[in-house]
Amino acid sequence: MVSNSDDSSAQSDANRAGDSSAPTVLEMFGIDKAFPGVQALTAASFELRRGEIHALVGENGAGKSTLIKVLTGVHQADSGGIRLDGREVRLRAPTDALRAGIATIYQELTLVNALPVRANLFLGRERVAWGVLDAEYERGRSREVFELLGVDIDPETLVSRLNIAQQQLVEIARALLAEATILVMDEPTAALTPREVERLLGVLRDLTARGMSIIFVSHRLDEVFAVADRITVMRDGSTVTTRRANEITRRQLIENMVGRAIEDEFPKTPAVPGNGVLEVRHLGGGRVHDVSFSVRQGEVLGIAGLMGSGRTDLLRLIFGADQRETGDVLLHGRPADIRSPRDAIRHGICLLTEDRKAEGLVLSASAKDNFALPNLGSWSRLSFINHGREANRFAARVGELQIRTTGPDQPAAFLSGGNQQKLLVARWLETDSQVLMFDEPTRGIDVGAKYEMYLLISRLAAQGKAIIIVSSELPEILGISDRILVMRRGQIAGEITNVAQATQEQVMALAI
Amino acid sequence: MSETNSRFRPTQLLASRLFSEYGMLVVLVLLCLLFSLLTIREQHPSGKEAADALFRQLSVPDNRQRAIVIAARADSQDSLFTSTLRAQLISEGFSEVEVVQGDPQFLRETLTQRMNSSARIDIVAVTQACAPIVQTIIAQIPALQSAEVVTPQSRRWPTFLLVDNLRNVANQITVIAIIAIGMTLVIITAGIDLSVGSLIALSAVVAAWLIGELGGESATTGMMLLGSVGGILVCGATGAFSGLMITRFRIPPFIATLAMMQVAAGVAYIISQGKPIYRIPDGFILLGRGTDPLLHIPYAVILMFVLYAVAHVLMSQTTMGRYIYAVGGNSEAARLAGIRVRWVIFAVYTVCGLLAGLGGVIMASQLKSGAPTYGLSYELYVIAAVVVGGTSLMGGQGRILGTLIGALVIGVVQNGMNLTNVETYTQKVVLGLIILGAVLLDRFKQQGFRWKRQRPLTS
Repeated sequence: MVSNSDDSSAQSDANRAGDSSAPTVLEMFGIDKAFPGVQALTAASFELRRGEIHALVGENGAGKSTLIKVLTGVHQADSGGIRLDGREVRLRAPTDALRAGIATIYQELTLVNALPVRANLFLGRERVAWGVLDAEYERGRSREVFELLGVDIDPETLVSRLNIAQQQLVEIARALLAEATILVMDEPTAALTPREVERLLGVLRDLTARGMSIIFVSHRLDEVFAVADRITVMRDGSTVTTRRANEITRRQLIENMVGRAIEDEFPKTPAVPGNGVLEVRHLGGGRVHDVSFSVRQGEVLGIAGLMGSGRTDLLRLIFGADQRETGDVLLHGRPADIRSPRDAIRHGICLLTEDRKAEGLVLSASAKDNFALPNLGSWSRLSFINHGREANRFAARVGELQIRTTGPDQPAAFLSGGNQQKLLVARWLETDSQVLMFDEPTRGIDVGAKYEMYLLISRLAAQGKAIIIVSSELPEILGISDRILVMRRGQIAGEITNVAQATQEQVMALAI
Repeated sequence: MSETNSRFRPTQLLASRLFSEYGMLVVLVLLCLLFSLLTIREQHPSGKEAADALFRQLSVPDNRQRAIVIAARADSQDSLFTSTLRAQLISEGFSEVEVVQGDPQFLRETLTQRMNSSARIDIVAVTQACAPIVQTIIAQIPALQSAEVVTPQSRRWPTFLLVDNLRNVANQITVIAIIAIGMTLVIITAGIDLSVGSLIALSAVVAAWLIGELGGESATTGMMLLGSVGGILVCGATGAFSGLMITRFRIPPFIATLAMMQVAAGVAYIISQGKPIYRIPDGFILLGRGTDPLLHIPYAVILMFVLYAVAHVLMSQTTMGRYIYAVGGNSEAARLAGIRVRWVIFAVYTVCGLLAGLGGVIMASQLKSGAPTYGLSYELYVIAAVVVGGTSLMGGQGRILGTLIGALVIGVVQNGMNLTNVETYTQKVVLGLIILGAVLLDRFKQQGFRWKRQRPLTS
């Protein structure tokens, strides 16, 4: 309901201040949902008031996605019900939900890249006059809605020309055009830069002022606290608690999510850096210009910076995944001629890629095969694989890193995010890498798995590995690094050596 | 989403795995059963088999003194029949055994002559196929009325399961099955090779032309070997060229191999000037039509099984096999794991080309000539065999032995339909539906036998 928003905006502003009398627009109660072999939801309930941003948090597998899918008609609940504006409804398909005013924006955007923005906005709802599309009408409505959102996107641009943040705004615009009153956003900020996140959160706040109710699913607790009015925590398929955002601390929230008390979000044993291992001199290529730095044994070097500042590119250059144009990479003081990932691996350098599904795992292959991939050469004779050795090494590393699998043959696609990540780390440890480069090691994995990943990184550093970590999450990079490099526009903008005293603002000041 | 994760229970996983590995095998067995039932007929033995049967029937002591004439036509099967039976009877102590072979006209004249010269004929031994003619002749010669016409006993047996027919099926699928090995590797890397049909023609023509140029009909074994290797290597080079185009210049495999399909077909026509090349010695048919002395399995079929064994070992036991799966599953992830992705892709197209070349040589040997028309639309049969065998066109998944089963399914269906007199046009329809059915089966297998409606087409 975008049009008649004037009176409700005043009302919802009042709500934000803590008035719980705003009308409930959505109620889900006693939702059970079982899949073969697993009870995904048990008596889950959820309530959404008009004009509020209600965050839904929980670890992976807690049931958030299933609950959202029940709401959006993708799954049907085994029992329980859904009330919209007090009336019970049955949502049998995504189209039912859309018709009822529930629009969903998934992590994977659903725009057609080859079509212009305008065509996407009206996809499936084209207005036709005399058998032809009414382009004028579409153009006009597109401008109106973008104006409303306060963004500047040309309706005639191809979607493929837009960045992720803009595409997301197009999706929101589409929801507005469909006259949605409830907006469901599944991990909307996962791929955005801090500035884009800030803008998106601003847009969401504006929307609530116009009477829109928003369900905000996110792993990023900072954002949850920044934007949400209320927070519902899910654990093991149930809704554990619903609290006002200003009545719960970050720590309490995490404890609710994991179901136990936690001592320290970022476990870190102070490093005792040893000799220099990797040195980079005047490295350049692609987005990266003239970058020089070095890492020592046992050191965790964090690389911060905005998305697009060249952090990932830098790691890829060192790893030989992209073509190096200038500069040298030195290992133990000697130049290493690295032209391909294969060369890098031989030199004991590895890269845990940012997108583990696209660039890390072979999802169709088994956990064991994924683990074995870079190690097969050393386990084979005349290219015949020593299966026994392979199985032994796999079992050993699975035990060491406590990777939860149903067995070596479990397809990698069916491992949880955290275990996928650990599997990839295990693989690189097996290659006996001395330099471990982690690009966004905790992206998309849940709080418990993040904690384990931090422990692991800390332990590896203590074993004398040189570790480079790229992360967009400032608390994380401040929490686990011994030293931080901040990148801006492909270059190193500054270095923070006294990490214990450093603040997020300090990092951001260098990054922008 | 971890919810989807737990949807796969171990038992279900096991069931689907069993099905994926043996599902098509079950289909194959059912098909064989079906065609066996449909083709049960009276089987009249011929050749050596007929001789053995008749010998058993005739070798009673009473018959020793009786005059026996073995009557038959003049073809090789019947000659085998007469010579075998004669030898057996004589060694058993029969005194009067005579062979009369020729067309009906000749048979009548010879027999009439014999009776006129007052010779005695007590028994006429014939195969079932000749019996009506001989009986007609006897009816026309009054002095022969007393002679007894003996035919080997027939039995009810499926035509489909006759050794000759099974050998036939094996011969028909050998070329497809051998090339399908290479195609499986290519498809597992998420590629496709459309050029294999043309490569069959190219290889057959190059091999035949080389042999013709080297020694013609009197070429030695060495020359034949050289010609065959030449044909195979030319195709290997073509495959390597496709691989190069795909890896170095990032031309989509479909396009690169479509182009090579045209080029190879054109070159085959140019070399042969559009006509079949027949200047090949008789010995050349050994590979295609020769059989081993023990079990009488065609050499080409033995070669096929050997190649499948090698390919199976390659895919399951060696690093190369694992890399092929990895490249097909996610080439970027494979590259970042230190695998030489380009080399792997280049290798599989080269191997596919080599195997297509071998297929062409086998076909030239089977037909004792090399013609540019060979292998027309074979790429489709080969791809069909791979797909029916359960290899996913999306890459990353597939099994070599599945492909063998797929090729057998296609061969059995074609042969079975021939035996049951299904029209050629109808056969095409059935074959098309089988390919579709196999892919559907694959889908159901992956989705746990449920319809899914909300799955987008592209994923």
